[in-house]
Amino acid sequence: MNRLLLPFAGFAVLVAFLAFGLTLKPSEVPSPFIDKPAPDFTLPQLDNPSETFSPSAMKGEVWLLNVWASWCYACLEEHPVIMDLATTHALPVVGLNYKDIRQEAIAWLERHGDSYRLSVSDTNGRVGIDYGVYGVPETFVLDKNGVIRYKHIGPVTPSAVRDTLLPLIRELQK
Amino acid sequence: MSRWWLPLLFVFLALPAWAGDHAAETRMLSIAEELRCLVCQNESIAASRADLAVDLRQQIREQIQAGRTDDDIRAYMVERYGDFILYRPPLKATTVLLWFGPLLLLAFGIGLLAITLRRRRANRLDERLSLDEQRRARALLGQTNDVGDLR
Repeated sequence: MNRLLLPFAGFAVLVAFLAFGLTLKPSEVPSPFIDKPAPDFTLPQLDNPSETFSPSAMKGEVWLLNVWASWCYACLEEHPVIMDLATTHALPVVGLNYKDIRQEAIAWLERHGDSYRLSVSDTNGRVGIDYGVYGVPETFVLDKNGVIRYKHIGPVTPSAVRDTLLPLIRELQK
Repeated sequence: MSRWWLPLLFVFLALPAWAGDHAAETRMLSIAEELRCLVCQNESIAASRADLAVDLRQQIREQIQAGRTDDDIRAYMVERYGDFILYRPPLKATTVLLWFGPLLLLAFGIGLLAITLRRRRANRLDERLSLDEQRRARALLGQTNDVGDLR
């Protein structure tokens, strides 16, 4: 009996580690930008390229930077959720149109609705790299001082909005 | 065909540029080989064909041209994607177990082996037959006519 106890204890520890491993999401790489000032950029606006936008224009507001593209299927999936945040919850959302063709991005917004305060064109993806974007869609929550407080990787789901994003945003808006 | 040597001349003139590119390209690949592609996490940025990996390789090329050191370029990547992008994680308080865990396991294994061996030797020394057992052993040995090993 005693002889079996030790191997069994080892097995139990192994199973516990594996079970814990199953709860991890290796595809969600923790962002090094959390609680750091958002990298600055100046990009042309999607619907009016002669005008530019910089994150500093959003000082004093809690806002979302939503990375999207017309070629990205998951963006379409999260689009109603993002629109709901912008309209029902009156949250300013800026779109970072990532590695897209301008005409196609505009057509995509016409087709599926545009609730962004504005979108900016990151045609070569350089700003995406500066923000550590590695898979579209990604959504950053920025506070009133332009500090990144949270990053959502992948499509934003209604449950993520309810359980994580909205409580955090309401807290930041105080 | 009087100017047959013209293309040759151009190739010759282009040689230094070629060589330069080649060295930079090798350097780019040596950096990219140690960076993890975040899209397909088991591939390096040098090996991956994901869009992001192509962009990051271009980024490394540009930074090499701008005269930045390998360490500068690695720092640039870590600043944006975190330590996760490094296949060779830095030695930090949070990575001590990662670096020395295998050594710890090895020490544990050696310890276990030593204990087992000592216990086994102790067991053998303890094996002393009682008088009754000696008598039985002698009786059993007496029964055999194969005495080969006993002599």
